[in-house]
Amino acid sequence: MPADSTSTVASASSAVPSASASVADVAPVPVTGWGRTAPTAARLIRPRTYEEAAAAVRACGARGGIARGLGRAYGDAAQNAGGAVFDMTGLDRIHAIDADGGTVLCDAGVSLHRLMQVLLPLGWFVPVTPGTRYVTVGGAIGADLHGKNHHVSGSFTRHVRALELLTADGEIRTVGRGTPLFDATAGGMGLTGVVLAATVRLQPVETSLMSVDTERAKDLDDLMARLTATDHRYRYSVAWIDLLGRGTSLGRSVLTRGDHAPVDALPARARRDPLAFRPARFSAAPSFVPDGLLGRTTVGLFNELWYRKAPRARAGELQRISAFFHPLDGVPHWNRLYGKSGFVQYQFVVGYGQEGALRRIVHRISRRRCPSFLAVLKRFGEGDPGWLSFPVPGWTLALDLPAHLPGLGAFLDELDEEVAAAGGRVYLAKDARLRPELFAAMYPRLDEFRALRAELDPAGVFTSDLSRRLGL
Amino acid sequence: MKDAFGAPQSLLILGGTSEIALATARRLIARRTRTVWLAGRPSPALESAASGLRDLGADVRTVAFDALDSASHESALGPVFGEGDIDLVLLAFGVLGDQARDENEPGAAVRVAQTNYTGAVSSGLICAKALQAQGHGSLVVLSSVAGERARRANFIYGSSKAGLDAFAQGLGDALHGTGVHVMVVRPGFVRSRMTAGLPETPLATTPEAVATAIEVGLRRRSETVWVPGSLRLVMSALRHAPRAVARRLPV
Repeated sequence: MPADSTSTVASASSAVPSASASVADVAPVPVTGWGRTAPTAARLIRPRTYEEAAAAVRACGARGGIARGLGRAYGDAAQNAGGAVFDMTGLDRIHAIDADGGTVLCDAGVSLHRLMQVLLPLGWFVPVTPGTRYVTVGGAIGADLHGKNHHVSGSFTRHVRALELLTADGEIRTVGRGTPLFDATAGGMGLTGVVLAATVRLQPVETSLMSVDTERAKDLDDLMARLTATDHRYRYSVAWIDLLGRGTSLGRSVLTRGDHAPVDALPARARRDPLAFRPARFSAAPSFVPDGLLGRTTVGLFNELWYRKAPRARAGELQRISAFFHPLDGVPHWNRLYGKSGFVQYQFVVGYGQEGALRRIVHRISRRRCPSFLAVLKRFGEGDPGWLSFPVPGWTLALDLPAHLPGLGAFLDELDEEVAAAGGRVYLAKDARLRPELFAAMYPRLDEFRALRAELDPAGVFTSDLSRRLGL
Repeated sequence: MKDAFGAPQSLLILGGTSEIALATARRLIARRTRTVWLAGRPSPALESAASGLRDLGADVRTVAFDALDSASHESALGPVFGEGDIDLVLLAFGVLGDQARDENEPGAAVRVAQTNYTGAVSSGLICAKALQAQGHGSLVVLSSVAGERARRANFIYGSSKAGLDAFAQGLGDALHGTGVHVMVVRPGFVRSRMTAGLPETPLATTPEAVATAIEVGLRRRSETVWVPGSLRLVMSALRHAPRAVARRLPV
């Protein structure tokens, strides 16, 4: 059935013969997002075929269901208390690769890691990768992921030609670009249906190495000036900020920018196998860590070291893809390092011209001495048409914060106010705590999204903890 | 739904005029709570509690609930869960009784036991089942340090709280892994209407302090919360004190 989905058909639908997969005998299990906050119980169902997926959707019961990939959404987007959660990792076939034209047709449960393993030796790379390879193609579409190349390449769905969507009626539709259903699904957090397969355009590369330029910025203004002046010269660009820095070192940071290295930039030995993909892997984080391991002292020490170890300026350093894009993937279950209470990631964007708001927020975080282990600043380019898609042209800052910090909820609410007042928004794939009222203010196309959902899924088959919490 | 910090959006209070419960509700309304159900015996006090919370911007409804009439619990509480998810149930009803009188009037003593223990078993199980069906939610049970060790001065009340405490702990274990979180709160002497005129014991606290501790406990997903926290240590010593010694302690 997915063989013809590369054509951009607007909305052809095909009925699926009903299978008799029973869900009643599946016991609920606790499910959380990557941040490990707010666990809820759901029946975890792992379809292996499109028919099983359709049967599971039809039989999911009064509390509905939601698709889940590799569980890297930080908050509650892939949880569904009391209902069903469809584990899509069983649908993991790569159907077709067009090695000349640079497209791949694969199931939604295929991870970006798997795609890189398969595609890199052929000279192709995924068009957009977030900070982890362990996300599925379905998840990448549902969250409309962005990467370090947003200012050049946009978000993930910009590279999706068409997708197969299992809707609430149990039918499978081929959804092409430019249709309302595509735009509602891109960044729609799985609430329009279950993505079963997608055709994705790829990025050609000569080698599996990155040529990386590193420089330090002494404070926030220095950093913003450097990013503004030179971002356009790099395909990938990101800055790590020390938010525990104070006074003159407030916002001191390390910029890392790069591009795929051409073959002639490689030393002779590496040229023998320029497309080898060998990510490093270390031992996993232990399953029990007390709350507070990543507190002010440890994070402060880490930040100091990280800043000092970065070269003042270095150009053309060769790095593996895994080291440049996914440094944390080397440590399986690193999310456990935050202990039982887990952590929240706060990511927002404010448009160009709202630098004042960004500065004020950075000052407030620094003043409050929030121990953020990872704080990352980036510039976004043009946004994409997804109705709930996160990126808009502007500055985006992401930070990890331990959830047990007293008063953190109220503090982040205040930051939300600042973000909303500046016309910005927070990222749903990372959210676990936004106020519903503010969410509506941040996403102006929410009403269209709701109207489409009401028409397509009147019974609310697709439901998640996120959709309940925010009233999506 | 609860957010990452355990702040609930909807709240059901069993014992809708409880000062501790209302102090907790005020705190939670200041965060995320928008819907509150106050369950209790219909009375002007219940209505004024409701309007007090309404003034803070919450959508508050009352429901007739009598802890002593356990046969009616299902029909009273079922419809509340039918209206939508409840993120937090606060089991806050209870009576102190009058120890001196109750020792002489077994019927009055039984009422204390039936309110504090039997009523909680019945309504607690009904709520737990509903929370389990929705796959999430917290059940916060207001126990007391009095249940930790019987004291001459209030052993009737204390024994009912001991039963409640054991019930709540067991229920928490039964619900482990179901997405439902049970938290036992053990305040010491709380200065409130209930204890007005009684001699204070050391480490006395206030409804507001208990509310704060509940909010922190929800954030940490604690199983047991002592208010004040130092009572945990004090009581662990007291629990192991020999009877002959404990009997003579001035608490």
